[in-house]
Amino acid sequence: MLTGNAAAAWGVRLAEVDVIPAFPVTPQTEIIETLAKWIADGNLDCRFVTMDSEHSMITAAGAASATGARAFTATSSQGLLYGFEMLYNVAGWRVPLVMVNVSRGLSAPITLEPDHNDVLAARDSGFLQIHCETCQEVLDSILMAYRVAEDERVLLPALVNMDGFYLSFTREPVEVPAVETVRQFLPRYQPSHAFFKASQPMAQGVVVFGGAEYSYFKYQMHLASLKALTVYNEVYAEFETVFGRSYDTLDRYLLDDAEYVLVMTNSFATLGKAAVKRAREQGLKAGLVRLRLLRPFPEEDIRAALHGKRAVAVIDQNISIGKGGILYAEIASCLVNMTRKPRLLSFIGGLGGKNISPQEFEFIITKLREAADREEVETLQLLYTEEEWNEMASSKRLAGKQGVT
Amino acid sequence: MALARIKSIKDLPPEENILTGTTACAGCGGLLGLRLCLKALGRKIVIVNAAGCFTLLVIYPYTPFANSWLYTAMACAPAGAQGIRDALDMLLKKGRLDPAEDLKVVVLTGDGTAYDIGLASSSGAIHRNLDFYYICYDNEAYGNTGFQRSGATPFASSTGTTPPGIASPIGANLSKKDLFAIWNSHQPPYLATVSPSHPVDLFNKFKKAEQFKGPKLFLTLAPCPPGWGIDPCRSVKLAKLAVETGVWALKESVYGAVNHTVIPRRFKPVEEYLKEQGRFAHLFKPERQEETLRKIQERVDEYWKGYQLLL
Repeated sequence: MLTGNAAAAWGVRLAEVDVIPAFPVTPQTEIIETLAKWIADGNLDCRFVTMDSEHSMITAAGAASATGARAFTATSSQGLLYGFEMLYNVAGWRVPLVMVNVSRGLSAPITLEPDHNDVLAARDSGFLQIHCETCQEVLDSILMAYRVAEDERVLLPALVNMDGFYLSFTREPVEVPAVETVRQFLPRYQPSHAFFKASQPMAQGVVVFGGAEYSYFKYQMHLASLKALTVYNEVYAEFETVFGRSYDTLDRYLLDDAEYVLVMTNSFATLGKAAVKRAREQGLKAGLVRLRLLRPFPEEDIRAALHGKRAVAVIDQNISIGKGGILYAEIASCLVNMTRKPRLLSFIGGLGGKNISPQEFEFIITKLREAADREEVETLQLLYTEEEWNEMASSKRLAGKQGVT
Repeated sequence: MALARIKSIKDLPPEENILTGTTACAGCGGLLGLRLCLKALGRKIVIVNAAGCFTLLVIYPYTPFANSWLYTAMACAPAGAQGIRDALDMLLKKGRLDPAEDLKVVVLTGDGTAYDIGLASSSGAIHRNLDFYYICYDNEAYGNTGFQRSGATPFASSTGTTPPGIASPIGANLSKKDLFAIWNSHQPPYLATVSPSHPVDLFNKFKKAEQFKGPKLFLTLAPCPPGWGIDPCRSVKLAKLAVETGVWALKESVYGAVNHTVIPRRFKPVEEYLKEQGRFAHLFKPERQEETLRKIQERVDEYWKGYQLLL
């Protein structure tokens, strides 16, 4: 039995990483503490350095990767944003750093529990993104992330995401593969592209003057990210052969004959699957798509998965203030030119780790059934239960606020 | 290790490790300083460059450097150096890199990074005893953005964000941070100030630093013709005046113990240094700001008296 954090640490240990710059932040800290202990005990031959900030940490990790070492680091929430500038730089260096983000809502107000505004803020940076539902998936995804990132056709850094608390601190059975087996799948990193050595001086991260050169390098990154879709499919097929576990770009749950579909990500998808099962027991053809690979965005796979469905609800565990759900907009953009496209509904839920109750899932499914039969589709729904509302009203009275709005 | 100390400018190695014709401004004192530093460091180095004037030395597809170079961002060049050093160490340890391919890691930043935005990452790298060189080219303001006040800007300097005016005739009313003292409080193996006007002193300090494993830190005075308001042909002269007036103390520190390497026999009046520069012109015209000029001279005198080098 391993927590999500321990599973992440095992993934790093099995990848035989060379360099780990670190900085503590809840709820990620268990990952770096676990690795530090293994290194201190001589179980992992790796340079571990506690840095002075996440900004420095991401810089050091990217620079180590640019020097030809296999590098790892981990962060969460405020830490990811503190180092944000360097995400774009490290991606621009075209180095295969793998970083775990343990999702946590962004302040203010400050909180500890998860939503995905942190990791989704990084979606345009050039980092590949894999989002996980289970502890086993965290371990496995780290191994897959190195394979995809280090592929000469890709050479982009990767983020592996899990939910704080719900996954980071939840113990689940995890199969830890033998290191010899992992070596078959993930051989030592031997870069043949840019890296620093005396006989081969080179400049990295240089200035370009003029939009044509800038655009060229940005387009290169975009095309490499799209190529990562092909590479990902090869890697997941090989992973299945070696380890017997399969991770497609999407996790399709009771989808084949489904008419009503929930779209979710990360650990809350487990709640969604339970809701789908309950709906099935009541005779409704429900299903769920869990987005696993967020960057590159697997548009073809999403179109194929949602083609011909009656109605689809995107449940965003994030909020773009003044717009709505981030993934709703992304899914909508890839369906918009499709024929036989489903009605597409948008819900926000689970912010800051707020539960999504069975009643809320029933509400969503009711809305899906209504939408399938109507011309008009309702706008964004913000999920909140009456009980939560009443508790909030009580808190506001305690805080000295009169009246409830 | 035998230290190859030199006695004359003629003893400097003739090899150039940075090419001419760069995009730096004419008369850039920082570039001259860097050229001398690179003569001492040789070519088996990787420069980790923070955002600043010298970012613009390397413009795709050209580089003037004979060595490797990485641009990080403004705040984090010392962190980049950490990543490269750690990676090189691990690759050497695991037999994946030929020892002949090893590199010295050199951080290169302006004063905006060293004194301000990168102070934390610099402190972190020094505290961790990272084996690296740090060259700060100090032109006493944010030069690359057109000369605004930084933590290195001296009292009474005019800058883009401290313009002298009727309500505030002095210009910058804060004093220059003592970064040497801040860094020295970490007790690094080697720390020195250098000036492009004193190449022998500069070169010998780099050679002396070679014997130490850990942080080897250099603050280089960098006369800046457009920012300081001086003729490009006067950069070296100004750097020399800064030393001769006692404004820029040439010194070194080994594990915290400070020693001055050039002590003017007779200190020239600071005014001789100030009056040459557009950034201090408001202290002389339309009328002399006697009180401010006196304060500046007093502060320089106090510094040297503190070391009993001025009685």
